[in-house]
Amino acid sequence: MTEYWQEISALTMRWVRRLSREKFSMLFTLVQPMLFWLIFFGNLFQRAADTQVTQAPNYISFLAAGVVVMTVLNNGLAGGVDLLFDKENGFLERLMSAPIRRSSVILSRFIFVMTITSLQVLVILGVASLFGVHPATGLLGVATILLIGMLFGVGLTAISMAMAFSVKSHGDFFSVLGFLSLPMIFLSSALVPLAAMPGWMSFLARFNPMTWAIDAVRPLILSGWSEALPHVAMVIPVMLAFDAICLYGGVKAFRRAMG
Amino acid sequence: MDRAIAIEVNRLCKDYGSHRAVADLSFQVYEGEIFGLLGPNGAGKSTTLRILITLLQPTSGNASIFGHDTVREADRVRRLIGYVPQERAIDRFLTGREHLQLLSALYHLTREDAARRINELLKLVDLEAHADRPAKTYSGGMKRKLDIACGLLPNPKILFLDEPTLGLDVQSRLRIWEYVRMLKARGMTVVMTTNYLDEADQLCDRLAIIDGGCIKALGSPTELKVALGGDIVSLTIKETDRIAGLASALANQPAIKTVRTTSNGLDIRVESPEKALPIILETANRLGCGIEFIEYHRPRLDDVFIAHTGRRITDTAEQPVE
Repeated sequence: MTEYWQEISALTMRWVRRLSREKFSMLFTLVQPMLFWLIFFGNLFQRAADTQVTQAPNYISFLAAGVVVMTVLNNGLAGGVDLLFDKENGFLERLMSAPIRRSSVILSRFIFVMTITSLQVLVILGVASLFGVHPATGLLGVATILLIGMLFGVGLTAISMAMAFSVKSHGDFFSVLGFLSLPMIFLSSALVPLAAMPGWMSFLARFNPMTWAIDAVRPLILSGWSEALPHVAMVIPVMLAFDAICLYGGVKAFRRAMG
Repeated sequence: MDRAIAIEVNRLCKDYGSHRAVADLSFQVYEGEIFGLLGPNGAGKSTTLRILITLLQPTSGNASIFGHDTVREADRVRRLIGYVPQERAIDRFLTGREHLQLLSALYHLTREDAARRINELLKLVDLEAHADRPAKTYSGGMKRKLDIACGLLPNPKILFLDEPTLGLDVQSRLRIWEYVRMLKARGMTVVMTTNYLDEADQLCDRLAIIDGGCIKALGSPTELKVALGGDIVSLTIKETDRIAGLASALANQPAIKTVRTTSNGLDIRVESPEKALPIILETANRLGCGIEFIEYHRPRLDDVFIAHTGRRITDTAEQPVE
């Protein structure tokens, strides 16, 4: 058990070290876009968005939940990229020829992605509060938001890793990624409530796990516990089922790739 | 002399879909020797190596390292081996020392043991001065040295090297050869793949020539050359259209073992040059073949390779793997 922990912590430290040496690219690719959505998109649509439709005091407070979950989405879907590069340049083989548990590499990646995502979610909530959006459910609400984010993120990261282990080249990986990410956002309640969508879009959005996550995070930010609790109670089993499916696929892809 | 067996490979096969990358491979590697898997790209060398280091499972057959099966006892095997991959498997954001630190955690060394071992290895591969620079600043040769240090970190009983000098300049190549010889002197068993004939010739105690997933020949470089029998006379002919005629005229002559057509002449394996040379020259003269160049040499490893595979090692393999 101590050996297992030694492996996981050393591998996690590797991801942290890499991040610390790629500060700029990380800052630009991960942190900024999400803040841009919140700051620019949120303020841009302040008057265009009808508060009657969004059921929120202003558009930016409506959007905050969407941006939080979009952060989880993007980080999760990109979570397997580094393993893909490790696979391509042989580093993964080097790790796998060591007497480590096969799961250590994957677990280290989950721990890293979840930690970074949680930190980013906190930054986004912090920036949102500069625009006057304060989570109605307080610190416990913020903790719940992080929990939902992690539950959603685990499944997404598993999808990303499954792709990383299955694709032939990283070109394929990024095309699939680009193809997945935007429709997931548009076909969810991130930018517009389901009720205000064209029928076919709201129909599809209902099946999007992202919608479920947002619908739980949004009342945690906007309304308070009485409205949030039923959503939270719903989203947890839904996310657990989502994770179970994704992890099953991920493990299969990993087994196939690792002989 | 009975030598301890380090690796036992028994009827090993590996299929990728309908393509058979490794076909019924059996061989043994003795403890303390440098064993080479020699073959062109796509011959199945790397696939064999990956099975031995537990990264691939064979379709059928088995392999064992010091008696431990590479599939059923993969974890035991991993504790006995070190691996230097073919690609420069380097994380360019980590320093050389950090690579070794990461690996020492994966081999479960204590902090003190790790620090001592890392310093030893950095000294060994001459990277002490660059240990704390990110690997992206390293040259190709330095990356290769770091690769080797990583493979040696667990102090393995067997070190596996996949194309250790591919793409290196001459000086770095000689340096790597020097390391490999030193490791052997320390009693380590080394298994390497290569598609360089001179490397196999200079470095390996024994080698297996692999082509199309099969072993074509196995033995020490000297044994293989001797077994070929006879020396080689190479002719370059001016009239390329008469090469075929000359070949058939020479084929049945006494003192001549085999005749092989090349792009601009003939490679003739002869039993004894004093008997064969006059016959060759006389026949060429009679058929009006102008000899531009004639060379006579003892069998070299490339002659061995051609004799067993029917082509030069630099020719592309018929079916590339993966």
